[in-house]
Amino acid sequence: MSAFWILGAILIVSAVWTIAASKPVYSVVALLLNFATLAVLYITLSAEFLAVIQIIVYSGAILILFVFVIALLSSGVAPFAMGPNRLPKIWIPGAILTLAALGFLVYAVSAVQPFPAPPTGPVGAANVFGSVADFGKALFTVQLLPFEVTALVLMVAVIGVITLGGEQMGDAEGHRGQARSDRQMREAILREGKG
Amino acid sequence: MAVPIGNYIALASVMFFIGVIGVIVRRNPLVMLMAVELMFNAANLLLVAFARLWLQNAGHIFAFIVITVAAAEAAIGLAIVVTTFRPEKYVDVDDVRTLHG
Repeated sequence: MSAFWILGAILIVSAVWTIAASKPVYSVVALLLNFATLAVLYITLSAEFLAVIQIIVYSGAILILFVFVIALLSSGVAPFAMGPNRLPKIWIPGAILTLAALGFLVYAVSAVQPFPAPPTGPVGAANVFGSVADFGKALFTVQLLPFEVTALVLMVAVIGVITLGGEQMGDAEGHRGQARSDRQMREAILREGKG
Repeated sequence: MAVPIGNYIALASVMFFIGVIGVIVRRNPLVMLMAVELMFNAANLLLVAFARLWLQNAGHIFAFIVITVAAAEAAIGLAIVVTTFRPEKYVDVDDVRTLHG
């Protein structure tokens, strides 16, 4: 009972910190806190494999990618400002409407049945809900087609990133030509010294 | 598990709306992408909570697919950001000659 409230408070505070931080690096740190807390919440919901995947994929891959891009871009001039207020004069009715919709949503759904008893059984067994064996069995038998579609999505992403990077290579041609001519000059000097 | 499902719905809704506000208000493309990640995670939280409610692991499978799509989206979005806001000076280790003997 209390774990949910503590984790939920950390989640909301870190989410607000993510979008309100002045520097993108602080946003990354707040987002890391958010993802780690969410992984703990997944464990309390007996989704063990997803908790591990959350840590590995989000905190280990996606956030590191963000950090690399920030490190790459922060030397140049980038639009890292807050920008003008794009919600002029409608934010008060907007906030009231949002809170009303949220309250209605919670009221409408909070009467649903409570959670059933937590799954029991040996840890990691194949037919215990949420265990890794259970997840893997479902992933490779019943849900095999969505798993294959996942592979297709990743391949399309890789092709897209390579295409975007290839355009950038074309712009860098002048610089590369400079480096190549430097190397040729160096080799010519070496040849002269030998001859 | 005494917490009703409505609390999880409220928490996920709040996280999702914080992400929406981040995308609308912030102008930094990196922070906008992070707000999109927040929205993905709110949806994932609901999927996992309802999977626990009905003891069906199809929700876990779908959350796994959402994580994959989020990874692909982050890769492509960051590639677009780098291509658009590329720094003018290139970084090449061959150009570093300060310690050349």
